[in-house]
Amino acid sequence: MSDVEDALRAAVPRVLGALTRRYGDFAACEDAVQDAVLEASLAWPQEGLPDNPGGWLYRVASRRMVDRIRGDEARRRREALAAARELPVEAIEHDDTLALLFLCCHPALTPASQVALTLRAVGGLTTGEIARAFLVPEATMGPRISRAKSKLVGARFAPPPEEERPQRMRTVLRVLYLIFNEGYTASAGERLQRRDLAAEAIRLARMLCEAAPGDGEAAGLLALMLLTESRTAARESPDGTLIPLAEQDRSLWDRDLIAEGTRLVEDAMLSSALGPYQLQAAIAALHVEAEDAADTDWAQIAVLYRILNRLDPAPIVTLNRAVAVGMSEGPQAGLDLLRQLEPALERHHRFHAVRGFLLDRAGDREAAREAFLDAARMTASLPEQRYLRRRAEGTG
Amino acid sequence: MKFLLIMNINPKVLESLTEEEQAAIGAGHGDFIKEISASGEMISTQALADPSASVTVRAVDGVPTATDGPYVEAKEFIGGYYLVDVDSKERAVELAKKIPDAGIPGLGIEVRQVMFEAGSEM
Repeated sequence: MSDVEDALRAAVPRVLGALTRRYGDFAACEDAVQDAVLEASLAWPQEGLPDNPGGWLYRVASRRMVDRIRGDEARRRREALAAARELPVEAIEHDDTLALLFLCCHPALTPASQVALTLRAVGGLTTGEIARAFLVPEATMGPRISRAKSKLVGARFAPPPEEERPQRMRTVLRVLYLIFNEGYTASAGERLQRRDLAAEAIRLARMLCEAAPGDGEAAGLLALMLLTESRTAARESPDGTLIPLAEQDRSLWDRDLIAEGTRLVEDAMLSSALGPYQLQAAIAALHVEAEDAADTDWAQIAVLYRILNRLDPAPIVTLNRAVAVGMSEGPQAGLDLLRQLEPALERHHRFHAVRGFLLDRAGDREAAREAFLDAARMTASLPEQRYLRRRAEGTG
Repeated sequence: MKFLLIMNINPKVLESLTEEEQAAIGAGHGDFIKEISASGEMISTQALADPSASVTVRAVDGVPTATDGPYVEAKEFIGGYYLVDVDSKERAVELAKKIPDAGIPGLGIEVRQVMFEAGSEM
């Protein structure tokens, strides 16, 4: 990210927050800020960064709002003009990041809309950038964002009441995690990583941690992202094939990210209630601190997955536990665990990939081959498919 | 996630429909397009000409050769598709159920995930 982009996007939540507190109409304010962002992205590279980027954006966005109010209700013109003349730039010193995240991740919206609106209103990305990141036309992304905003009419621009907060926070965390995952493992297609989205998710998670200090799960999520991101350079071969954890060149892992992520999750687990993101980060930390796959503390990982499954039960968690159990207690123990998952996951490629992995370790090559081929047929990711076919032929 | 909602049509079934029924299908597609465009799920849609006008190119003695007619002799053909971007496979199926063809015996929609794409203007 360039300096201009950095400054621009860092200022967006404060500017939008200040504007929304002033004018109330979130949808219109969000449009005004988007206009200001577009204007800045043209002006700043030419004219240089303004002394106060937030103040610049706020003035331009305010002017847009005034134009709009003029158009909408002529009788309010004088009032609006007066408001614009005051330009209380200090209003943008207030950090509204958290309130904005809660609003953009409102439970009335679909996950895809929450993601898109968060990237625009909090992340400061343009509709075009979001559309490109998700490989859809702007003509698809634009209406998605407009529809989301129209559903928010009447929603409060303020953090939710105390009793709703944990549930709402979970949605915010899930949205940031979705953005990260979309960047880290594209759900379909040729490219394994769309790095900008992963970086953006990490930036947003850092903002969330600053806005909600002491929230162990926010810290856990950031730690999980950093520990996952630390392996990026090692997880794809030059020809685009997925390289699984066990076979990665560990000297390519980013030690700084590992140190930061590990510290974050350790602090969070000591100081706050245990949660799913902290547990997943702790598991990721155990993976990256090992010398190699054999040296990994699989027994401890199996225990953490068992706790995770109790906190946040899901078949995919048991699937991951089956790998850890297979590595610590032998492949047959892992295969036994898999059997109970079959009804829930038999159409999921990862189930068959894990089965192939465990069967292979148990020495049943023929059954392993079948399982890897089943997995290859079911995945919608080409790098994954290449890897699974290679495993099926025993050359992976 | 992107899915192709593939409309399988049977020309015989379509011909057997009354004019009102055919008009209702047309209007239903119009409504469907409006709905998924407004929700930000629509990427594109195409309807295909009748398969009797198709030309098929296939290898004859190792040489690509053109012959008149569709690739397979069948009752059902691909009549067109919607390309959508949705949250889940469940949502893709939900959308498929809203396509008017889904309510007509003898026609059907296949919901199939997209794996690779290139060349579209994004």
